[in-house]
Amino acid sequence: MAGYILRRLLQAIPVLLGTTFLIYFMVFAMPGDPIVALFGEKTPPPQVLEAVRERYNLDKPFIVQYLLFLGGIFQGDLGISFSGEPVSDILARTFPVTLRLALLSTLFLMVGGILIGLISGLRKGGIFDASALVVSLILISLPIFVIGFVAQFVFAIQLGWFRTTVGPGAPWGDLVLPAIVLAAGSFAQIVRLTRSSVIETDGQDFVRTAASKGLSRRRIVPVHILRNSLIPVVTYLAVDFGVLMVGATVTEGIFNVPGVGNTLYQAIIRGEGPTVVSFVTVMVLIYLVVNLLVDLLYAVLDPRIRYAK
Amino acid sequence: MPSNTRPSQAHYVAPIEETPLVAIDSVKAEGKPSNLWTDAWRDLRKRPMFWISAVMIVILVIVALFPTLFTSVDPRYCQLSLSNQGPGGDSLLGYNRQGCDIFARIIHGTSTSLAVGLIVSFLVALLGVIFGAFSGFYGGWLDAVLSRIGDIFFSIPYILAAVVVMSVFSQYANVWTISLAIGAFAWPATARVLRAEILRVKNADFVMAATALGVSRFRILLRHVLPNSIAPVLVITTISLASAIVAEATLSFLGVGLPSTTMSWGNDISQAQVDLRTNPQTLILPSIALSVTVLSFIMLGEVIRDALDPKARAQR
Repeated sequence: MAGYILRRLLQAIPVLLGTTFLIYFMVFAMPGDPIVALFGEKTPPPQVLEAVRERYNLDKPFIVQYLLFLGGIFQGDLGISFSGEPVSDILARTFPVTLRLALLSTLFLMVGGILIGLISGLRKGGIFDASALVVSLILISLPIFVIGFVAQFVFAIQLGWFRTTVGPGAPWGDLVLPAIVLAAGSFAQIVRLTRSSVIETDGQDFVRTAASKGLSRRRIVPVHILRNSLIPVVTYLAVDFGVLMVGATVTEGIFNVPGVGNTLYQAIIRGEGPTVVSFVTVMVLIYLVVNLLVDLLYAVLDPRIRYAK
Repeated sequence: MPSNTRPSQAHYVAPIEETPLVAIDSVKAEGKPSNLWTDAWRDLRKRPMFWISAVMIVILVIVALFPTLFTSVDPRYCQLSLSNQGPGGDSLLGYNRQGCDIFARIIHGTSTSLAVGLIVSFLVALLGVIFGAFSGFYGGWLDAVLSRIGDIFFSIPYILAAVVVMSVFSQYANVWTISLAIGAFAWPATARVLRAEILRVKNADFVMAATALGVSRFRILLRHVLPNSIAPVLVITTISLASAIVAEATLSFLGVGLPSTTMSWGNDISQAQVDLRTNPQTLILPSIALSVTVLSFIMLGEVIRDALDPKARAQR
C-alpha cells in the first residue's frame, strides 16, 4: 500500500508541474505585453498594473518567471485580485460557501441519482427504466446555465418556492435550488453509470449464490448488489469534479452564491485577467488533489488496484 | 417403408438436406462477409432513435447552410419600438429587448454552433488519434511521454482552460480561435480511449500475421490496427461535437466567447438573462434551439455506441 501511495504521488508531480506551466505559458509567453492583453479593453489603475508586473517578474527570463510563480504558489501566495485583495484571502472567505454548495449538491446527486439508477437497473426494460433514460438524455443535452435559468424562472420567480438569489451568509435553505441545478448537470451520468453497474452486478455469480442460499431480495439488493455497484460510481464522482467546478462557476454566477465559482464568474465577466488566471490555477490544483485522494481511496476500497503493475 | 432405412434401423433417418442441421453446417460463400460496420449499420437502420437524430441533424445542416430559406427577416435589423413584443403579426416568436426578431436570430445562429462543433470534433479526433495511436501502438518511452502530456491537458477542465485562453486572446475572438481553445484541451479523453483499444487489438493474431509477412510497423498500425480500433473514437467524436456546442455557448454566456456581433445562441442567451422576469421567451427559445441540437448529436452518439458495442447491446 505504501508503495502504491508513493508511486501515485510521484506520478502527480509531473502533472502538477505541467498544468501550472501550461496555464502560465498560455498567458505569459505570448507576444506583446501580457498584462495589457489580460486586462483587455480595461485600463487598470497604475498601482494594480505595477503590482501585477512586479508579481509576475516580467523583467526576468520566462522560465525564471514561471519558477518564481510556482514558488509563490507553494508559499500560499496566489496573487492579488483586481481590487488589490490577496487571492488567498478571497479563497478563505469564499471556499466554505462553495464547499457547502458542493456537499449539498453531491448529496442530492448520490441519493437521487443512485436511487433512480438502482431502480432502473433492477427493472431494466420497464416503464420506469425507459422514462429514466429519456429524462437523463434530455438532462445531458441541457447546458447547466439553461437548467439554472429555467429553474430560477419556474421555481423562484413563477412558483415562489425559493428565493431567486442567495441571501447574505448563504444559509442552507437558499442553497437548495442552486445545489439541485448543480446536481442536474451530473445527474444523468450517475443514473446511467449506476444502472449499468447494477445490471452487471446482478448477473454475477455471488448474487445467484446469495439467492440460492435463500436470502430475500430485500437483503440481496442493498447488501450484495448496491454495495458492489457503487465503486465505479464513486470513482466517477472524482472525474466529474471538473464538471462540478465549471458548473459551480456558472451556477454561483446565476444565483449569486458568494463562493469561489462566483468570484471567478465575476472576474471573467469583468475581464479581470490576472484574477481569472489565479483562480483557474487554484481550481486545477484542487482538481488534481481531489483526483489523487480518490485514487488512493479507490486503492483502499479495491485491493486489485494496488497490485496491478 | 422408405428406401433409405437400413434393416438394422427401426426408424426413418432423414437425409442431411432435410434437417435443420443444414443451416448450421452451411457456409454462405456467395454472401457478403459480415463485419463490425455492416452489423452496426444493420442494427442502426432498425432504430427509430437513429432516424430521428439523423433527420434532425440533416435539418440543422440545411438551416445552417441556407438560413434564408427559413426566414427572410434580417436578424441584424432591430427596431427598438418593437422591443420585447410578443409573437404575432410578422414575427413567429416575437422580439427581444433590442427589437430583433428572435426566430431570425435563432435560424442565423445555427451555423455558428455547428461550425464550432465540427471544427472542435475534427481537432479532437485528429489530436486524439495521433496521440492515442502512437502511445498505444509503440509503447515504451513514447507512450510514457505522450500519456503524461495527455494527463496534463486532461487535468485542466477544458472550459476553464478555454476561459484562460479566450481572456488572453479576447481581441481575436472568432469561431476559429474559440474552437482551437476548446479543442486544444478536449482531446485527451479520445486519446485515452483509442490507446486502450489499441492495446487490446495490437496482440491480435492478424497483427502477428502481418508482422510475419514482413509488413512494416507503421503500415501495420495504419492498415490493420487503427481500422480495428477506431469504433470507440467515432462514438466519442460524435459526443464531443455536442460537448463543444455546449462549451461555446457556455463561454459566450460567460462573456469570453464569441464577440457580441457574432450571431450565436450563447450570446443571445447571455444577453437575455436580464429579461428573464419580463420576457422569458428571449432566453427560453434560443435555449431550446441549443438543447435540441445538442440532443440530436448525443442521441446519434448513443445509438452508434449501442450498435458498435455488442456488450452494451446485451445489457439492454
